[in-house]
Amino acid sequence: MADLSAAPAALLTTADGRPLKAALARAQQQAKRRAFLLVLPLLAFIVVTFVLPIGQMLHQSIYNDKFSANMPRLVAWFESTEPGTVPDEAAYEALALDIRDAAVARTIGEVGTRVNYEYSGTRSLFTSSGRKFRSLEPPYKEAVLEAEPKWADPAIWATMRQVAPAYSTNFFLAAIDMTRNEKHEIVAVAEDRQIYVTLFKRTFFMAALITVACLILAYPVAHLLATLPLKWSNLLMILVLLPFWTSLLVRTTSWMVLLQQQGVINNTLVALGIIGDDGRISMMYNQTGTIIAMTHILLPFMILPLYSVMRPIPPSYVRAARSLGASSWTAFRRVYLPQTLPGIGAGSLLVFILAVGYYITPALVGGADGQLISNLIAFHMTNSLNWSLAAALAAILLGVVLVLYWLYDKLVGIDNLKLG
Amino acid sequence: MKKLLILSTAMTTVGFSASAAELAVMSWGGSYETSQVEAYNKPFAAEKGVVVNMLAADNPATQIKAMVEAGNVTVDVFDVELSDAVRLCDEGALEVIDHAALPAGVDGTPAADDFIDGALASECAVANIVWSTVAAFDSTKVSGADSIDDFFNLAEFPGKRGLRKGAKANLEMALMADGVPAAEVYDVLSTPEGVDRAFAKLDTIKSEVVWWEAGAQPPQLLADGEVVMSTAYNGRIFAAAVGEGKPFEIIWDGQIMDFDLFVVPKGAPNKDLAMEYIAFATDSQRLADQSKYISYGPARKSSAPLVGMYQDGKTAMAPHMPTSPEALTNALVNNFEFWADRDVELNERFNAWLAN
Repeated sequence: MADLSAAPAALLTTADGRPLKAALARAQQQAKRRAFLLVLPLLAFIVVTFVLPIGQMLHQSIYNDKFSANMPRLVAWFESTEPGTVPDEAAYEALALDIRDAAVARTIGEVGTRVNYEYSGTRSLFTSSGRKFRSLEPPYKEAVLEAEPKWADPAIWATMRQVAPAYSTNFFLAAIDMTRNEKHEIVAVAEDRQIYVTLFKRTFFMAALITVACLILAYPVAHLLATLPLKWSNLLMILVLLPFWTSLLVRTTSWMVLLQQQGVINNTLVALGIIGDDGRISMMYNQTGTIIAMTHILLPFMILPLYSVMRPIPPSYVRAARSLGASSWTAFRRVYLPQTLPGIGAGSLLVFILAVGYYITPALVGGADGQLISNLIAFHMTNSLNWSLAAALAAILLGVVLVLYWLYDKLVGIDNLKLG
Repeated sequence: MKKLLILSTAMTTVGFSASAAELAVMSWGGSYETSQVEAYNKPFAAEKGVVVNMLAADNPATQIKAMVEAGNVTVDVFDVELSDAVRLCDEGALEVIDHAALPAGVDGTPAADDFIDGALASECAVANIVWSTVAAFDSTKVSGADSIDDFFNLAEFPGKRGLRKGAKANLEMALMADGVPAAEVYDVLSTPEGVDRAFAKLDTIKSEVVWWEAGAQPPQLLADGEVVMSTAYNGRIFAAAVGEGKPFEIIWDGQIMDFDLFVVPKGAPNKDLAMEYIAFATDSQRLADQSKYISYGPARKSSAPLVGMYQDGKTAMAPHMPTSPEALTNALVNNFEFWADRDVELNERFNAWLAN
């Protein structure tokens, strides 16, 4: 201290003579480095398990090289000619040699599958050509058309031209029920094949409905939890948490037992004479089942943020409002409710985002009209193996959720979010 | 409920990898799995001193491509349908199986002649059974249903119906119920009008349908009273009816026959052992043994005389087979080329139809 007061204008130094500012920066840098090293495992974990897979998925939604990697000569021909060029001898030579090579390498099925996504019923043309083209002699055009007359169809050539580049937006178009016609114009697919837009709408509508149902059910429960004496609220809390800790499959199955036509609820209603034996209510394998089961499963995600926000609100605020003449409704609306908004926001966002991507419950209790977009993503991942389309659907879902998140930030403010 | 068990079993297999003396086989679960464990796995394990792990999936074929593409193949042998075997073979996801290395039949017939037509249609696969998709009903709730038309007749036979969630088999049955003879079904279905006609027929029962995915579900749905009639794999209904005494009956009219085949995925951890397993499991005696546990027909001609009694010792198996003369009066053989080609398109249409 004596030093400081003696030479206020001189550079401040530490005991060993280094400038204080530099020493401080150095010390801070060390602390920063240590902090960074501490979070490094988490960072690496997030990059490996989250950023990379999502990046890969987004990439896959616009990238599919099944055609371009296996048909190099034909791709080169498409690149060197204008769209709409009538295939000449060179084109047929490229086709014949590429198909022959792909058949030997056993990749002809992948090529056919890729073209089949855009033009149904062409897959077998590729595989059968693969068997026939093994011993083809020039002139190729005649030989190809003699072996498989279907190659004369200009629509097949137009489709192949479309799928020739590895990068394309076709999967995103397919994900919103659009396609390209022969002239490369974007048009809607036939009405009896439109499905994804309907399912996106249904998914968001049901997620919103489930969020509202959760809010209505959770608000009084959370209030009760927050205001009861600790002894009782702890017991109540266990009742909330117990299902939360139970496996998702077990809870979904329990709902199946309860809701099915020969299930507990229907049997009880019939036994009580409220409904007749032939008037059993269908509560499962439809939207009702999905909504009931998902509301129950997601309820704790609403209760817990609400509870954590309600707990610290002093009851004296509402009492003060009442004593100043507010009715109980006004006191709730003007004093209590605004203070719980961060909890409502957090709970709704959590439930909504979880509901949008929910898969297993709609798959089990949803039936035909309770299916959500996630079930179609799973279908394309595991059944049709059209991973690019699945990726495009998932990317759209992710995009819409991010937009909603951004809207929430604009309207409510992300700082106003309290998770616990 | 069984579906959940299957799901959870499938999930626990993630990350599983077999060591040298183990062989992983993925099949369809339920009573079909039991028959394979009894007829193939136990004798194979005893003879070769290896552990055979049986895994289950709703449709094992769907897992192959994902495993091969991800470069993480954890299963050595899969049991798949013919159209899937052909498709996956074309896509390079399967190992070629040397059909010449298969043992001759007990009567000395070379394997190439011993297997029934189509059983060796794909060079990547060997068939083990002939099975069929049939309509079945609970005889305490429905009586007198004997044709595929009755399955679609809600006026005369009211009640919920169970159908497999997918286009395959449903479209063919709808056409047969609409009066198309079995021999012409695929010709009609190859035209856009034919597809429309099949969907129009399905429309007539759509409101009453409960959709199933795993083969173990239809007997469960029938037993729970959730449906009064359901399409099902014939062996599952047999196992429930004869094995567990459930009052289920099969409508053979309009049945759709298909093969189940063994395939080996590219990059299988124990490829050589897998080939040994397939040759072992598809010999005449093993195939005949399997029919002791479930009513699926053996894929070898030389197995037919060896087919005997059900495991209870008093039920003759022959009349319960999809290939028995009574069952064949109006039967369709699944056209694998049609489905390898049109599967994607028709399932997309089916999904759209289901959602709207």
